[in-house]
Amino acid sequence: MEFVLVSLLNGITYGMLLFMLSSGLTLIFSMMGVLNFAHASFYMLGAYFAYQVSVILGFWPALLVAPLLVGLCGVLIERYGLRNAHKYGHVAELLFTFGLSFLIEEIVRLVWGKAAVDYRIPEALNGTLFTLFSSNFPIYKGFMMLVSVGMLLALYALLTRTRTGLIVQAALSRPDMVEALGHNVPRIFMLVFGGGVALAALAGVIGGNAFITEPGMAAAVGTIVFVVVVVGGLGSLAGAFVASLLIGIVQTFAVGLNVSITDIAALFGVELQASGAMARLTLTQLAPILPYLFMVAILVFRPRGLMGARES
Amino acid sequence: MLEVSGLHAFYGKSHILHGVHFSVGEGEIVSLLGRNGVGRSTAIKAVMGQVSARGSVRWRGEELLGKKPFEIARRGLGYVPEDRAIFQDLTVRQNLMLGVKSAKANGNWTMEDMFDLFPCLKERIDILAGVLSGGEQQMLTLCRTLMGDPQLIMIDEPTEGLAPKIVEQVAVFLDQVKQRGISILLVEQKLAIALDISQRLYVMGHGRIVFEGTPQEFGNDAALRKEWLEV
Repeated sequence: MEFVLVSLLNGITYGMLLFMLSSGLTLIFSMMGVLNFAHASFYMLGAYFAYQVSVILGFWPALLVAPLLVGLCGVLIERYGLRNAHKYGHVAELLFTFGLSFLIEEIVRLVWGKAAVDYRIPEALNGTLFTLFSSNFPIYKGFMMLVSVGMLLALYALLTRTRTGLIVQAALSRPDMVEALGHNVPRIFMLVFGGGVALAALAGVIGGNAFITEPGMAAAVGTIVFVVVVVGGLGSLAGAFVASLLIGIVQTFAVGLNVSITDIAALFGVELQASGAMARLTLTQLAPILPYLFMVAILVFRPRGLMGARES
Repeated sequence: MLEVSGLHAFYGKSHILHGVHFSVGEGEIVSLLGRNGVGRSTAIKAVMGQVSARGSVRWRGEELLGKKPFEIARRGLGYVPEDRAIFQDLTVRQNLMLGVKSAKANGNWTMEDMFDLFPCLKERIDILAGVLSGGEQQMLTLCRTLMGDPQLIMIDEPTEGLAPKIVEQVAVFLDQVKQRGISILLVEQKLAIALDISQRLYVMGHGRIVFEGTPQEFGNDAALRKEWLEV
């Protein structure tokens, strides 16, 4: 019982962070039809910017300033880079974002060095929020959840309650028609790109100190975020939300369960005779591949994803 | 008001239009006829800035080629595409709201006007547009473009695949639009409608204009119809 509750809370926290990262990617993907390979790099930039700002001004200003700065970078990159690449088709756009991810990583190495930086959870958020049976639930995890839920509500309100949100929603499926109706779609796209990478940066701000802020952090989450988008389905924020939580929870549970393949097989009444390394593999060791397994299964059985609006 | 001349258009490497010319005057209904695949839709898309094109597209004396679709739309050109391009996941009301170009603008058309034209839209105002029938979706896409106050509305195959009763409604709609002084450029397969409501018409073949004239002149030319229209 204790294990289930604690894992569930941890899984939801992780899942919400994944959603913050993938929501922007889903929006950008749906509108321009190309995966932004550099998306996780903006997550990393968010963490580094937050580290730098918190050294000078403290954590609380960083929470606001870092995502705004990264969002501004995103707007400029879209306006003066991606928009030009767009004229030459999807492959050019894809290569552009691919190159961008390397560029950002190298810049981060140059400026902040190869080792991890000392970006820490602020003193005020250190400690235990509550104790569940014998496990402590840290204040910072509660804070992460609070920020994620706040972001979720704000995003939902923006998309469903404002005129710009309506235009964005329509542009997810038919950007050409939205533009033919007289809406400035290039500008909308620039704002969505900026907003999307700002959300990724926010995830970096609150995730960078909870985990670790180092030049490899973009690559570490990058692939998982793509899994979320594919599993959730193209053009579906709701799908990305469900997929984020699902992957967050499944992975957290898998990490915590110390059972081997032989045990699982036995659960289903299958006696595994093999005694090699394979049979001794535990679910914990398998946890990192579970999301990819999930993605492959989704692509085979339901190519549009859980809630995808369209196939390409 | 719209003067198109020497228009060449391209889809990737294929050259679709070979120097097309046509014009639409104030308050006029003009039809663009021709078999499938001769480039009628492409001609409209080129005017709207959606395909790459060369030549000249003048709108009240101003060159439109090279402008972005939204800039062209904001100058008063409306476009209703052949596939209707309904926003399926949004409600009928939201679709209509998206037709309005800016939150500030007080258009000449209100939702009430749309309900007068097509009462069935009123009953379905809060349901998702994706579940509407084909005919209702056609009404919605026409109304959506009209909400943006166009001075010229370019409509691609509005009656394709519709029941005769709905085709009649569409014809009434076109007439109402004309009575408000809005010009119409119509791409149609159904000769009856085009001949009935247009003042002038053009026939296209192989990416060129092969005939221009009044419906009477067209009616007298059986050879032309045989060569460029009848299957």
